Amino acid sequence: MFRDITIGLYFPGNTIIHRLDPRIKIIIIMMFITSLFFITSFPPYILILAFILFVIYLSKVPLKHVLKGLKPLILIIVVTFLINAFLTKGEELFSIGPLTVTKEGLRQAVFMALRLIFLITGTSLLTLTTSPISLTDGIEKLLSPFKRIGVPAHELAMMMTIALRFIPTLLEETDKIMKAQMARGADFESGNILNRAKNLVPLLVPLFINAFRRADELAIAMEARCYRGGENRTRLNELKLDRKDILAISLSTLYFGFIISTRYI
Amino acid sequence: MIIKIENLNYIYNPNTPFEKKALDNINLTVEEGDFIGLIGHTGSGKSTLVQHLNGLLKPTSGKVIVDGIDTSSKDGNLKEVRQKVGLVFQYPEHQLFEETVYKDIAFGPKNLGLEKDEVHSRVKKAMELVGLDFENLKERSPFELSGGQKRRVAIAGVLAMKPKVLVLDEPTAGLDPRGRDEILGRIQKLYEEEGITIILVSHSMEDIARLVNKIIVMHKGKLVMEGETKEIFRKAEKLEELGLGIPQITCFMRRYKSRGNPVDDTVLTVEEAKRELINYLRRRGNV
Repeated sequence: MFRDITIGLYFPGNTIIHRLDPRIKIIIIMMFITSLFFITSFPPYILILAFILFVIYLSKVPLKHVLKGLKPLILIIVVTFLINAFLTKGEELFSIGPLTVTKEGLRQAVFMALRLIFLITGTSLLTLTTSPISLTDGIEKLLSPFKRIGVPAHELAMMMTIALRFIPTLLEETDKIMKAQMARGADFESGNILNRAKNLVPLLVPLFINAFRRADELAIAMEARCYRGGENRTRLNELKLDRKDILAISLSTLYFGFIISTRYI
Repeated sequence: MIIKIENLNYIYNPNTPFEKKALDNINLTVEEGDFIGLIGHTGSGKSTLVQHLNGLLKPTSGKVIVDGIDTSSKDGNLKEVRQKVGLVFQYPEHQLFEETVYKDIAFGPKNLGLEKDEVHSRVKKAMELVGLDFENLKERSPFELSGGQKRRVAIAGVLAMKPKVLVLDEPTAGLDPRGRDEILGRIQKLYEEEGITIILVSHSMEDIARLVNKIIVMHKGKLVMEGETKEIFRKAEKLEELGLGIPQITCFMRRYKSRGNPVDDTVLTVEEAKRELINYLRRRGNV
């Protein structure tokens, strides 16, 4: 049931993309997203696509695996497409009943759908090639300059680490409880929406109880090891920028700078 | 035979980097009235195998037939299979969810669509079978009971389905000695008095030796040994090779024998050993 969820699931490897400093990757992805929203015409999309394919090629993540990440979001993409196609005013192409499809609408629909697809594949490449731990390390480091104005960078990163750490645990537990209840004849797959929601009670109650129990245990275990938050903590693996990181960030800046500038040409 | 497994293979996460072969060509039959001990190292595939017995997992290839129903066929009635094979998971108390003990145990029978009276009598019977006082406990919240009691409530929840086969995955993990003896005693009674076929997964060779009459040994997804309890525990070297062992008392008797004392070294429990040693000492005294 949860096997289809590939967004955010780390795909282990040892390629140049995997080894890149997480801070650099996060900044590049932010540039990627920004430039995606600056694009107003189709040709720059080719550059975006080229970038994505290039990263996929370097990271050796199978293309099929990346595309699988789109599956749970396909509904959103389709809805966006339809809304844009039907509700944009302009030159009429054809109509189905009261709904008319316009030339502008169709263009807008394809445009938005592509933007969503690029957005999802691009960002999922970040999490596919960066382990959750180094991702939070990167976020913590990037946020640390804002500590002075009261951003609790370390605490935020710690919360994220813990949350990420428990996703697989909770999925596993959900699976286990589901099976245990199915062994007692529970049915999670048929019936109407209301019945299905009601049938989730035997799953959710134990899940919450166990989650709170785990949280409690973890808090005690952390306290037993004198955890005191961010002040003066050192780390086992310090993040260090090297030549490939500098090269990657410089090239990406130029690349996305160019894409953004196409809007004004 | 009540369960028949033919050339069963199971692969987790096929076609991904996380692909793992969990079961490798398993062939097995379970006869009605068997009391089987399933042993193996952590990760040997015991839990995966057990989940095939009531259709929670479908074979990647091969067949699992429960009382004439193929669990992987499309028209196979899984509810029926799950009623016939009751599965008690590890730490089953983690699945409790209702406000009262009564309601929680009634969950299974209700899902089977039984009449209210029938549900009532089944809950009562199931609580008796696991040694819980019906009148006292039925309205209590399962969450305020002790660990051992919670576990018995969870087991009662499965027994209330009236399974023909009861599969227990490490039913005594994390219990104190008294809770453990209680549970094991109840399981033995279920076997002897209710005639339920039982499959017990356990890491404790003592528990296995005391209860079961047949043993299945798994290693790295393969079924490597199968036979009568005594017969399996006679092969101590092979078991140790697989990272398993034999009951301590059997080990003791083997060593005692190897020091030149002709005793029976296939005993499995302390009681048996005591009898054997007294006999032996008497014999020696008479010589």
